[in-house]
Amino acid sequence: MRVTIDAERCQGHGRCFTIASDLFDSDDLGNGFVIGDGAVHADREHDARLAAQNCPEHAVMIEEDA
Amino acid sequence: MTPETVTNFATEFDDSQPPSPHGPVADFATDFDHTDPAWVKDPYPIWDDLRERCPVAHTDRYGGAWLPTTHHDVHAIANDHEHFTSRSVVVGEGRPGPDAPPAPQGIAPPISSDPPFHQGARRILLPAFSPRAVAELEEFTRTLCNDLLDRIEGHATVDASADYAQHIPVGVIARMLGVPADAGDTFRAFIHTILEGVDKPVEQRIEEFAPIEEYLSAFIEDHLANPRDDLTTFLLDAEMDGRPLSPEHVFGSVILLLAAGIDTTWSAIGSSLWHLAQHDDDRRRLARDPAMLTVAIEEFLRAYAPVTMARLVTQDFEFQGCPMKKDDWILLSFPAANRDPAYFDRADEVIIDREVNRHAAFGLGIHRCVGSNLARMELRVALECFLARFPEFSLADPDNVAWSRGQIRGPRKLDLAIG
Repeated sequence: MRVTIDAERCQGHGRCFTIASDLFDSDDLGNGFVIGDGAVHADREHDARLAAQNCPEHAVMIEEDA
Repeated sequence: MTPETVTNFATEFDDSQPPSPHGPVADFATDFDHTDPAWVKDPYPIWDDLRERCPVAHTDRYGGAWLPTTHHDVHAIANDHEHFTSRSVVVGEGRPGPDAPPAPQGIAPPISSDPPFHQGARRILLPAFSPRAVAELEEFTRTLCNDLLDRIEGHATVDASADYAQHIPVGVIARMLGVPADAGDTFRAFIHTILEGVDKPVEQRIEEFAPIEEYLSAFIEDHLANPRDDLTTFLLDAEMDGRPLSPEHVFGSVILLLAAGIDTTWSAIGSSLWHLAQHDDDRRRLARDPAMLTVAIEEFLRAYAPVTMARLVTQDFEFQGCPMKKDDWILLSFPAANRDPAYFDRADEVIIDREVNRHAAFGLGIHRCVGSNLARMELRVALECFLARFPEFSLADPDNVAWSRGQIRGPRKLDLAIG
């Protein structure tokens, strides 16, 4: 699994990095960004999905492994 | 900035607008009024009914206004800057007059601004409210909460709104702006003047605002002469389009931060305590496991979202079959969107461990509340400290809880029986 953030949609609600601070961080304006390449370890997939499911702007995207 | 402007400015964000002169509401679908006593007491069944029947309600009051009640419609309007302007964000009898700053800036940038001006004005404020900047205020906030609790401990009944919740956002914003500790009482008196008594005659309001304007002008002058490490100096040093902000712009931003940042968070803390006073299982669970508050506050923010915004329609056009006219109000109810069963599972229930909770309490789109990180921190710390001190409490008199009227919803009198 990989996570990405659509920077055009992100408005800095801060839900993603509150739920999964090992996968997401925030910049100086409070907008979210993905840490590293966005690869999600199997035991972090639940929180990665929650980060996507809680984003009010639908800016957090999940790419499941094929 | 003239006293008239200051008065209008503060009235814009006041939550205790005078009652509507239109009389009792006949049918909320065609004659809604957000100052009606039934709405003030319990708006949720009204919105549920309208969502089924309309779902966009209308009223001729306030010169014509529409009320979307579904998450879909609230989301659509919040993101449509062509048909809806933020020029004024508080529904009233009038519209911004010829002397009001025109779009796209509006009376209180960036909340009253439209693109493209909006983005620049917003970027100036955002770093001061980033998660990292807010984290540095957490210990101060915790100390503030515990000091307030020291003062009320030992009383059998405490007004958790007036004697606790109210003071937390005031104390934090004063600290951020660099208001000296010994000016705290003066400052609190100003806040009281800003937030209370809008139903007083305009002449009296202007008179009452004169010392505030004088104080804040001197406050800003002093920061110009003696720069320091606070938000006021930060704003005075900030640039927009390569030019520093004028002292008037800084003055306006300071008033905005006072007016928009205080009764909102006060309301969120109060509503959460009101819920916990009536739900023993939720209260005991959070007192036992404060780490759960991170998730629980999102549910309190969803279910009891304090802030409703407004837009003005920019041109005649049809929205969801409704014939909207230029200068009609939109009462943009994020609280109603948060109760939409088409968007939230068991929307009418408060589930403090709700995992999937895509609520819109801080708005949607480009106007997402600039202070949301700060508000969340204050709410979490305020509840954590209160529960640690008073794990057992209940409503002293359920019929004697007073709710604010207008676009900011929260308890203004909340007597709790401790123990």
